[in-house]
Amino acid sequence: MNSNSTTTPSITPPRWILAELTYACPLQCPYCSNPVNYAGIKSELSTEDWKRVLSQARELGAVQLGLSGGEPLVRKDLVEIIRHARSLGYYSNLITSGYGLSKDKIQIMQTAGLDHIQLSIQASTAELNNYLAGTDSFEHKKQVARWVKESGYPMVLCVVIHRQNIHQMQNILEMATELGADYVELANTQYYGWAKVNRDYLLPTKEQLESSESIAQAYKEKKGVKGNMKIYYVVPDYYSDRPKACMNGWGTTFLTVAPDGVALPCHAARELPDIDFPNVNDHSISEVWYQSNAFNRFRGNDWMQEPCRSCPEKVKDFGGCRCQAYLLTGDATNADPVCSKSPHHNVIEQAIKSAKESGEPAHSQRVYFRNPQNSKVL
Amino acid sequence: MCDPISNNSVFTFSKLNRLQWEPAQEKHVILYPEGMVELNASSAAILKLCDGERSFSEIVSALEKQFSVSDINDDVANFLTTALEKNWVLLKT
Repeated sequence: MNSNSTTTPSITPPRWILAELTYACPLQCPYCSNPVNYAGIKSELSTEDWKRVLSQARELGAVQLGLSGGEPLVRKDLVEIIRHARSLGYYSNLITSGYGLSKDKIQIMQTAGLDHIQLSIQASTAELNNYLAGTDSFEHKKQVARWVKESGYPMVLCVVIHRQNIHQMQNILEMATELGADYVELANTQYYGWAKVNRDYLLPTKEQLESSESIAQAYKEKKGVKGNMKIYYVVPDYYSDRPKACMNGWGTTFLTVAPDGVALPCHAARELPDIDFPNVNDHSISEVWYQSNAFNRFRGNDWMQEPCRSCPEKVKDFGGCRCQAYLLTGDATNADPVCSKSPHHNVIEQAIKSAKESGEPAHSQRVYFRNPQNSKVL
Repeated sequence: MCDPISNNSVFTFSKLNRLQWEPAQEKHVILYPEGMVELNASSAAILKLCDGERSFSEIVSALEKQFSVSDINDDVANFLTTALEKNWVLLKT
């Protein structure tokens, strides 16, 4: 082995923790990032467990906290968790559908020390929003956005982009401006979990993506003059020829804790087989982060195969996403097949072709909404 | 001196961000939705003086005293111009 080609990983401390407080959610978006089998995972950490986890992660250096789910508002102890997070010095983000949120509740969370609210909207029209979410939620979401703004919070709007709403790009941006968004996150669907199941229904064509990108770009340039709305763009990696530097590298920055206490280097990693992810009920966050086999599994680059092993770009993209490598090639140590150097790159081309065909009018479009019934069947 | 900044300019730190000392990193950071910027000691010292009361020239004198330096007008103005662009601070009107 060439000694220059590998490095002993020095382990950096976690900076971000994503606390998935519950898998329960009143919505049923077909691109949900929760595991497809979520309905079988019933246990949830207690309030005291979450407080301990947050304290331990903060001690290691975590500072950004995402309170997510499912729908985190379902948790009755959310305010208590927020208060604890604030006392530790976290910058806390509530990642919510807005369902069940009232002006009073926003104020209570603000007093408890919540730093900002990221609100998801599914589309720019009530009809499509309500269809995708599986609830009559559009008008309420817009009302929530106005309350968030009135409370003096930075208003962060997140819209997951896919073939069913990509044609609304201009309207989505106008809606964000009208609602006073400070940040709008245009998150191209990442195909894990439910989104992978529904990929034929969700994956846009290259032409659709290019057209929506140029609309967003033009809007950015126009808004740059007077407005301060920042547009984040989550890249559609199926159309890149190099993979994303997923999670900034496995076990370098991000820590996810699932509702039942399973600790993961990213929220999709639960899909990987043969890895025994530690549970925070059995281990401290320090043990999880520094000592567990799971978190050390893909640190550094000793685990890599060709073409990554000898690739000069491995220090930049870490071979891409481990979950994507597993889901699409059957082996998590392979190069992310998004990479044009991957011998499996054809699976991406096939996925694009398959989605394009199923988007043609002659095809019936099959969609699996994220709900307990489908979770048990799939 | 850079365009919008005068000796009388007063800056406030934006409510949309949080400036905080991070013991684990031994430095000040700015926290905002989805992100964090690590600051060096002089940037942090400038931002801490953006309290909605001090004028630009008062900020400069305070820094000159604090760090026993002189002739830092342009450096401070340049940094605050960047800070304004990034919405870390706002000009008080």
